[in-house]
Amino acid sequence: MKSLLKPSIFVLSAAPFLLITYKIFFNKLGPEPVKEITHFTGEWTLIFICLTLSMSPLKRFTSFIFWIKIRRMLGLFVFFYATLHLLTYVVIDYRLDWNQITDDVIKKKYVFVGFAAWLLLIPLAITSSQKMITLLKQNWKRLHRLIYAIAILGSLHFIWLSKTIYFKPLIYFIIITILLILRVNFKNIFNR
Amino acid sequence: MKKFKYSEITPESIFKNRRKFIKNLGLSASSLFFGQNLITSANANTKKENMKLTEYRYVTTYNNYYEFGTGKSDPVERSQKFETKPWDIIIDGEVENPITISMEEITQMFPSEERIYKLRCVEGWSMIIPWLGFPLNKLLKKVSPTNKAKFVKFTSILDPEQMIGQRFPILDWPYKEGLRIDEAMHDLTILVTGLYGKKLPNQNGAPLRLMVPWKYGFKSSKAIVNIKLVEKMPISSWMKASPNEYGFYSNVNPGVSHPRWSQATERVIGEGIISPRIPTTMFNGYGDEVASLYDGMDLKKYF
Repeated sequence: MKSLLKPSIFVLSAAPFLLITYKIFFNKLGPEPVKEITHFTGEWTLIFICLTLSMSPLKRFTSFIFWIKIRRMLGLFVFFYATLHLLTYVVIDYRLDWNQITDDVIKKKYVFVGFAAWLLLIPLAITSSQKMITLLKQNWKRLHRLIYAIAILGSLHFIWLSKTIYFKPLIYFIIITILLILRVNFKNIFNR
Repeated sequence: MKKFKYSEITPESIFKNRRKFIKNLGLSASSLFFGQNLITSANANTKKENMKLTEYRYVTTYNNYYEFGTGKSDPVERSQKFETKPWDIIIDGEVENPITISMEEITQMFPSEERIYKLRCVEGWSMIIPWLGFPLNKLLKKVSPTNKAKFVKFTSILDPEQMIGQRFPILDWPYKEGLRIDEAMHDLTILVTGLYGKKLPNQNGAPLRLMVPWKYGFKSSKAIVNIKLVEKMPISSWMKASPNEYGFYSNVNPGVSHPRWSQATERVIGEGIISPRIPTTMFNGYGDEVASLYDGMDLKKYF
């Protein structure tokens, strides 16, 4: 039973990818399909960021070690969806038009932070293996704290691209802020 | 005066047949226009390139109309019960004869003609729509603007009971827009009463909306109740919401990029993921007709 848990979470995490693939091939994306794919993969990246950040607080509150065991997989799904999001933008939307893409990255702050967040994900994805954990020792933990910065950049990316109402972007911002606050060790701060 | 029936002008079936006819011939986009020109009633303002009409279902289900919500499908879902009868429009301000005119009178006085225009949204997408309408200048001439009338201010309806989006401070309601008097008097600027040979659907701005084809879509106010001629440049709702993003002129200009969207290219609605973006053209392709309005103006400054 327990051994089935991890594979089922894998399948669940891959479900959005299967859904969007189905929609692409069966033409279910509506009048502006490229925007639809971009928004879909972008939002799932943010959802997986929130899920990944929830694991260690969940472990603290429930004292199940299980949460930590799936954390790495969820983190890799962040990279997976973020990469799909980037590829949609670069390949499907802008057809590798590097002039325009570079222009966007430099001039539009939401593209800039989004791209920065994706770059920061790369070292985390590379060092996600067991071998790397043992190799990097304490530095591994330090390195992987980058996810906090990535979460903030990801949420800013969503806020800055929105036109008028920030309802959904603000929800993600609030969730991410709460998840980050949970990591602050208040005991240490006040006892100092 | 003969009462116009919308169905008499260009039934939707003709559009459909035309498309089928073109498809059957397997013509490319450029020759497509040619086929269209044979059938469409002569219209000097019809643009001559890339005129594949956007499907009716997309034109009427993919709308920016924040009075009904900010989602693209909110307007079609939430506007069907919107009451457009009776509907009066007040035309006043710097005019000799201010009037209050009903929609019935408008449709009787100003017969609709078909105008196929490209609608370019500031968000970077476009549609090609067969509008039914009449030049705004015909209406403005009726009220005789005075020489103080330098601008025209359009105010849309304020009705939070019926328009759920107006219950939230998304924009400064009611929706306000404006044109310079020469832009308003230009023959390309039309008041729209229908599309695809039919009565204008609520989600597209019924009963009366503006269409200024060389400007971004948001300049074309929907559900207009007041047209006021004024001396000073009016502040539009979008200018008020974000002055560094939305200027008064808002002419389609690939050279001036919006902080969030590059305006160099656009996506054609309904084209699927295989089709690439197309380059955006200055004044949305209407430069021959309107560029002279802006002679000597720095359009980067007056965006």
